[in-house]
Amino acid sequence: MDALLLARIQFAWTVAFHYIFPPMTIGLGLLLVVMEGMYLKTKNPLYQAMTRFWVRIFGLVFAVGVASGIVMEFQFGTNWSTYSRYVGDVFGSALAAEGIFAFFLESGFLAVLLFGWDRVSPKMHFLSTVMVSLGSIFSAVWIIVANSWQQTPAGFHVVGEGAGARAEVADFWQVVFNPSTVDRLVHVLIAAVLTGAFFVLSVSAFYLLKGRHVEFAKASLRIALAFAVAASLAQPLSGHSSARVVAEHQPAKLAAFEGIFPEKVERAPLRLFGWVDEGGREVRFGVSVPGMLSWLVYGDSARAVTGLDAFPPGDRPPVNLVFQSYHAMVAIGMALIALSLLTALYLRGGKLFEAPWLLKILVVSVVLPHLANQLGWLSAEVGRQPWIVYGLLRTADAVSPVVSAGQTLTSLILFTLVYLLLFALFILLLDHKIKEGPVEGAAEKEGHLA
Amino acid sequence: MNLDLNVIWFGLVGVLFTGYAILDGFDLGVGALHLLARNDEERRIFLNAIGPVWDGNEVWLVTGGGALFAAFPHVYATVFSGFYLALVLLLFGLIFRAVAIEFRSKRPEPAWRRTWDVAFSVSSIVSALLLGVALGNIAWGIPLREDHEFAGTFLGLLHPYALLVGVTTVALFMMHGAIYLVLKTEGPLHDRLRPWVNNAIIFFIICYATTTMATLLYVPHMVEIFREHPALFVVALLDMLAVANIPREIHHGNDFRAFLSSCAAMAALMALFGLGMFPHIVYSNPNPGLSLTLYNAASSQKTLGIMLVIAAMGVPLVLAYTASIHWVFRGKVKLGPHSY
Repeated sequence: MDALLLARIQFAWTVAFHYIFPPMTIGLGLLLVVMEGMYLKTKNPLYQAMTRFWVRIFGLVFAVGVASGIVMEFQFGTNWSTYSRYVGDVFGSALAAEGIFAFFLESGFLAVLLFGWDRVSPKMHFLSTVMVSLGSIFSAVWIIVANSWQQTPAGFHVVGEGAGARAEVADFWQVVFNPSTVDRLVHVLIAAVLTGAFFVLSVSAFYLLKGRHVEFAKASLRIALAFAVAASLAQPLSGHSSARVVAEHQPAKLAAFEGIFPEKVERAPLRLFGWVDEGGREVRFGVSVPGMLSWLVYGDSARAVTGLDAFPPGDRPPVNLVFQSYHAMVAIGMALIALSLLTALYLRGGKLFEAPWLLKILVVSVVLPHLANQLGWLSAEVGRQPWIVYGLLRTADAVSPVVSAGQTLTSLILFTLVYLLLFALFILLLDHKIKEGPVEGAAEKEGHLA
Repeated sequence: MNLDLNVIWFGLVGVLFTGYAILDGFDLGVGALHLLARNDEERRIFLNAIGPVWDGNEVWLVTGGGALFAAFPHVYATVFSGFYLALVLLLFGLIFRAVAIEFRSKRPEPAWRRTWDVAFSVSSIVSALLLGVALGNIAWGIPLREDHEFAGTFLGLLHPYALLVGVTTVALFMMHGAIYLVLKTEGPLHDRLRPWVNNAIIFFIICYATTTMATLLYVPHMVEIFREHPALFVVALLDMLAVANIPREIHHGNDFRAFLSSCAAMAALMALFGLGMFPHIVYSNPNPGLSLTLYNAASSQKTLGIMLVIAAMGVPLVLAYTASIHWVFRGKVKLGPHSY
């Protein structure tokens, strides 16, 4: 394998692993704000136990997120040095802003969250929870700004030529609010809420099934379910808005999402599923709604959608991978709506706690938002190919010239082993914390044991 | 010398890395000393002394890296890709350290704890060593191509001068960490740790004197600016005074002032390094003409200006958080229900 492919595999693997954790901290952070806020308002010790339990889980998730995040911050330089030189003027600012505005806020106040229970007043502790949550959201803002600039670059001009060419900032606010920033940020934040909410739903359903910490689990489940219903219903609207931006600014990606080959397709169909035959240039075994894609994108079912043939062969992304990951993400999104609404219906009818089958589904449903997150990013990033910055710089031209395939292979093997170990430890401790549960005095017991 | 945006950013990146050295320096130092603790309770006290703050300390490195990327993208690209294996090792060191701190006290089995204790200590020492070796290479100079890319090898980075700076960094962090531990402990443990500070200072002074001699003899470009501007020697003087003040404060029982002295010594050391490098950021050896300087490696004036606004808004906030977190967690370590 060549150095480029290895560098791409390494980036994909390390970022996919890292992305297990940030959506959990963003989602859980918001839930913690609500839980602790309810405690301050009602003084009900149940909410305090809830906050304390989920803060401990939050700490664990955050730690693995930080450890795997440092790798991302440095990997642009280690493996993508040409990219770093080309975009440093634009992209570097967003990363630096993330460090200054988000990381310090998060990590500083997290200390108060985890260790400050007896050192600060309850109001100060709540303020710290709000700050940590804000910090995690700011972090998402700057990372999405940086990534969206790669998708829909704006506010820059290119200086120099050939190998010396580089993008420089022309208008900072156009860089920040490039055409896709806001839509993609909203989409990512809603997905993070779903990730956090289904995590809490899963653990609560587990307790209910086991008949343990029942009051705690019911209260946690109610809060999480409210978030799950709202977020799952909002997500298709956000996705729709995001897809319209893709259609306008990254038409090749949209064509790959939907497997559209001819240069112009009038009354373009929306495919529900299918298998893309890239050689035969068609979608097989599919079911589609005629004209629906045109209508969704342009509000007019007759208008033509641009297909892959409109682009030179060297400018087209891999189609089937993008098609499948995009469609699987959408399907999971629909399943999450159904599951949220069904759970809400059973809860209203007072039958949820007597429906073990539904609780069992909730327990395993924790993986669904994670899958959707990974698939969504896969389709967004692979759909941008062959560009690393859409229309500006090719991925193949962005890799570090001085890092050999052997070096990248070495680090890739090490990252794989270390991350697998890290993940095993994470699951082990998470399992331990969940089984230990939110018992009052559990913290003291842990302190005594430790 | 004009105080233009490039010079300001050279200084600001320096400030971020100095903040990192001072803050993560003490917790890396605590890690380096960790296995010298006698029993499980002492090790837990060590861990909890840095528990609430190590994570925030590491953010200084991440933000320093981000600022370097934004202000001097060529330095970020050249150094990070050129020092590839060393940097990957540093990342593993930092990951293992974070994991060891988080996971060590989560289970009571002695074998589990011993494993993570060793992982914590070794990864702390290796991280400190690699940071020092990187600094040593940047000072000594690395072979660069015309297109700014690194032209050397991994083994070429492990020459004696770089290793010397690496060991000196470990010694410096051990001294800093020992003082921090004295500051955070009480009772018999506190009294037992006090002589550690003196031993660590002696170890550091020996390393520092050797590095200084080697620099004067073999790395003349690092001392040129001090020859041209003798007034700058005052920084070296302040550095020595700050180091000399540490045992004095420890002797009088002023642990906090000893710690401040150590911070001042580290800031002066970083200032000496920055002044010695100026205006280079990565020295090219052989062929100094290809060096990365604060002009040929920088982002556009516009970006440096925007970043300055961001820094002007962000840095006061950062200093406020850092100070308030250290204030909230001031005082001696007491093991409690939320401890590691």
